[in-house]
Amino acid sequence: MLFNEPHPLETRVLTKRMHEPGYNGTVEAYERYGGYKQFLKAVEMTPDDIIGEVKTSNLRGRGGAGFPTGMKWGFVPRQSPKPKYIVVNGDESEPGTCKDRVLIENDPHLLIEGCLIAARVVGAERGYVYIRGEYRYLIDIMERAIDEAYRAGWLGKNIKGTGINFDLRAHSGAGAYECGEESALLESLEGKRGNPRIRPPFPAVAGLYASPTVLNNVETFAAVPSILEMGGKAWADLGIEKAGGTKLTCLTGHFNKPGVYELTLGFPVEKMINEVGGGVRGGRKMKAFIPGGSSCPVLTGDEAWPLNMDYDSMAKAGSMLGSGGVILMDETTDMVKAALRIMHFYAHESCGWCIPCREGTAWLKKLLTRLDAGSGSARDIDLVGDLAKNMLGRTFCPLGDAAALPTMSIVKKFRHEFEAKLSRPVSVPVTSPDQLVSLG
Amino acid sequence: MMTATPTEVTTVTLSINGQSVTAPAGTLLIEVCKKLGAEVPAFCYYEGFSLQAACRMCLVEIEKFPKLQASCTIPVSEGMVVRTESPAVVAARKDMLEFLLSNHPLDCPVCDKGGECELQDMTFRYGAGESRFTEIKVHTPEKQWSPVVFYDAPRCILCYRCVRVCDEGLGVGALGIQYRGVGAEIIPNMGDHLNCDECGACIDICPVGALTSGAYRYKTRPWEMNHVGTVCTHCSNGCKTTLGVRTDEIIRGNNRDHSGINGEFLCGKGRYAFDFNKHEDRLTSPLIRKDGQLVEVSWSEALKAVATKFSETQAAGGSFGVIGGVHSTNEENYFLQKFARQGLKTANIDHQRTGDVPALLDALSGKSDVLATTDDLYNTAAALVIGSDLAQQHPFLAYQLRANGRHHNARVYTVTPGKVREADYAAASLIYGSTAELFAKLDELRDRLKAEPELVILFSDAVKGADVAKLVAYGDSLGIKVKYVALVDYSNSRGALDMGLLPTLGPGYHAAPVSGLAAPDMLAAGLDVLWVMGADPGKGNAKFTVVQDMFLTPTAAAADIVLPSASAYEKSGTVTNVCGQVQKLKPAVRTMGTKPDLEIMGLIAREMGLNLGIWTHDHVLTEIRSSVAGYNVPLPVIQTGGAAQAQPVNGRVPLDGRPELVQSAQDTLFTSGTLGRYSKALTSVIEYPGKLYSDNQ
Repeated sequence: MLFNEPHPLETRVLTKRMHEPGYNGTVEAYERYGGYKQFLKAVEMTPDDIIGEVKTSNLRGRGGAGFPTGMKWGFVPRQSPKPKYIVVNGDESEPGTCKDRVLIENDPHLLIEGCLIAARVVGAERGYVYIRGEYRYLIDIMERAIDEAYRAGWLGKNIKGTGINFDLRAHSGAGAYECGEESALLESLEGKRGNPRIRPPFPAVAGLYASPTVLNNVETFAAVPSILEMGGKAWADLGIEKAGGTKLTCLTGHFNKPGVYELTLGFPVEKMINEVGGGVRGGRKMKAFIPGGSSCPVLTGDEAWPLNMDYDSMAKAGSMLGSGGVILMDETTDMVKAALRIMHFYAHESCGWCIPCREGTAWLKKLLTRLDAGSGSARDIDLVGDLAKNMLGRTFCPLGDAAALPTMSIVKKFRHEFEAKLSRPVSVPVTSPDQLVSLG
Repeated sequence: MMTATPTEVTTVTLSINGQSVTAPAGTLLIEVCKKLGAEVPAFCYYEGFSLQAACRMCLVEIEKFPKLQASCTIPVSEGMVVRTESPAVVAARKDMLEFLLSNHPLDCPVCDKGGECELQDMTFRYGAGESRFTEIKVHTPEKQWSPVVFYDAPRCILCYRCVRVCDEGLGVGALGIQYRGVGAEIIPNMGDHLNCDECGACIDICPVGALTSGAYRYKTRPWEMNHVGTVCTHCSNGCKTTLGVRTDEIIRGNNRDHSGINGEFLCGKGRYAFDFNKHEDRLTSPLIRKDGQLVEVSWSEALKAVATKFSETQAAGGSFGVIGGVHSTNEENYFLQKFARQGLKTANIDHQRTGDVPALLDALSGKSDVLATTDDLYNTAAALVIGSDLAQQHPFLAYQLRANGRHHNARVYTVTPGKVREADYAAASLIYGSTAELFAKLDELRDRLKAEPELVILFSDAVKGADVAKLVAYGDSLGIKVKYVALVDYSNSRGALDMGLLPTLGPGYHAAPVSGLAAPDMLAAGLDVLWVMGADPGKGNAKFTVVQDMFLTPTAAAADIVLPSASAYEKSGTVTNVCGQVQKLKPAVRTMGTKPDLEIMGLIAREMGLNLGIWTHDHVLTEIRSSVAGYNVPLPVIQTGGAAQAQPVNGRVPLDGRPELVQSAQDTLFTSGTLGRYSKALTSVIEYPGKLYSDNQ
């Protein structure tokens, strides 16, 4: 199922097949549209050549961190006597993000082919597609596609006479956001509690079962066949310098035409909102803009309008491109409630491993609940910012930062909304408890 | 001995707080800071266990790193510039403690841990003076997991030390985590109860008052107790236990400062089973049989009666038998055999034999450095366990081997009559049916053991008599360095052997001038007088029996005179553990009416007019040090609570050819002979409805 009609401004590379009339994502359909040819091409290439193409393509990890994929693959010790693994991170849980499900749902063989190429590069013979527990139905789709691929000879022993063996399995998560973090995902995949691991070592060296592992996002793997098809250079040229290709962008929130659109890297925000997304709901003003999932610092409408959708442009503006889960909030949005909703999510999803995240998210949720209910004080607003700052950069895994960053930015940029909710508006800045008393 | 690695360890130079320091590459930064004296606080980091990096207390500033780094997981590298007291670091610690205390109940005034709590200390040292938390705290009710383990989740800071010590240290893995986020808490893997060793290591290692002991909780404030570090009186491993004493009552046993040979380790017996000491059945008055009934009499009357009986029997040329104790001190056992041999002029001396140490010493005659110490168990490259369920019968030795496996990848091989816990990580685990089969199984292992650089063999009473020599021949055939431990059962079983409580052997395994009767023979020999000190051999057919014991054991109940003796927690003296380590007991309490066995014997000797020397333990120890082979142990070591290695004789040992008398009692973690029966804590654990190791027992 597709969320939306295609838009003429899209550059459809990964999603090119799924919009074809009658395309049903079966192996026959995929082969009819040139599927699995890139894998056969990869078999003819050396692993270093393939990594070279991926490096040339400037493909950066699509899960949110944006780490150059070619470089990541290059870290895998291919000479290691240990088995190598391919692990697909399909634990798409970042609020605002819904791109991986579009890929798996509509073109699962694209993902399988991406895995096969990665397996060819590192010599892996086994792979897992880790799919978030809430995507129950996607597991069925993935398993059906894997069965088809086995039947068609694209998985299993000696694939199409190439001498390459590769087995792939779909694995269900159990409903934890934390398992989207790669090392927690590996723990979960190994059958343990989904707590993150100490890094280094990174998965490339010691991942699944302490063996070298290629672990990438669904969209990252899905991008690889098109890179080989077009050539790394041509693929890179779709985007901008340092960030090649296209990105599936999820327009969520107060858009007139929300949906998942494949846009080139560096696509202007204004064009994206007004043309692709059909403008802000009801012609209202944009109050806040989150570029890539709820972990990104929030931008005000004014800040966001002149930006482009790419890693560096967003970083310069103090936010992140993230996973491509754009959240747009129009002028009717209550930002205190938004902050509370975001913190509710992180407090619920904190795994409890480290102290600052476990205690910080829960405390902030309570504090924001109180502020939202109108029973907070001016000091509480400062405290929100302060606690978020105290979590930032000190937690075991990035979940703490993910909770802290949006909170800090909302308090900073929308402080007036918090103040408007105070039980007693404070006109004089309070600096000490004594002063608070003297205010009477 | 650690296996020598040919590659040289490279060292790196780094700077910590402006001070240049050199350390082996790969050392954890927190350890280097510790060595330098730069204090880096941590809750979850615990030397010897896996890394967590969860508490975030050890964050430090390292140049070129954008964020503060957890020093517990950062290996040092060349040129690193570290600051442990910069404003950012100080602020981070303060903030972590603020987070930690946000949901902490702060019930310090009633908490068992108050006064010795790491969270209190850290807050005092690094924390903020005031709290900004004004929300409602998360609260869950306290849970009881077993008769001796309680868990109070709100106090828990989730450092996972308990989970790790149980899993990695004890090899039990009874604990895990459930729920997530702020609701995360520790939970037994059985759900609502523990199926474990009940060793209480989780309680010991808990930095806060989350895990508390059923035997101790809410009884006292820690600072109201005196802490007496002594040696556990149960099994032969000789662990240090620290008794918390208030107004002449032992309130707590724990591993307070980890300074004993046992390091981190203490089992349930050392921790809870001190309570036999104040059992209501303790004998507190001498008893004399009058008209068929044991009636309470004064000490002077009882001592006079014993002395008179002994003197009259001696004058009449009557026969004596003497059976000593396996919990008695070396001084007592030495004095007892001296009393018997010199005073009563009898050679009938024995004790409850549980391991064939004499046969081992005889077989090893001419070899040096072949008796393994508890340190060897931690350092050896390989160990072979024969016949013993080590985790049940010698829990500290098992702990050493497990730690060795964890830290040095040591290989453990087991050849046992049933499944043992070591099998979970052993390189090979074989099961035998009969002794003959045992040696067949050993042959199966021969090639693998030959490939080891060295080996420690621990063997139970399954190997005794001539089989011991056979085992040593097997060890010789491996062509590698082999050391041995002959496993014995009780706290001073080894000392009783060393002190010559045997019919054929005097102190130091020297041949006794005259050979006497062994214990079962004494019971059947219709002796004129049987004198039993701290043992329960059963009622024999002796005409007159004198028993010194803490309880009215079956032997005591049938005796003619019973003298109430003090427990090991009430007297001074030394004991020798299974590996020959001599340690000193420290008296913690007194029980009105009892006397230490040494004093009882001295008083009897005085009544009899015998001169056996001064009968204080110091004087007897001086005599032992000068006259018993291998016992010239350095006094400063044992006086300061250390363990000194006794070096028994290296030479042929005359054996009495009665291997059938060597019988281990096969105690488990929850039994300990007479003492165990009178420990309510141990019996409560056995009786508790949760099944304890049902598949192993």
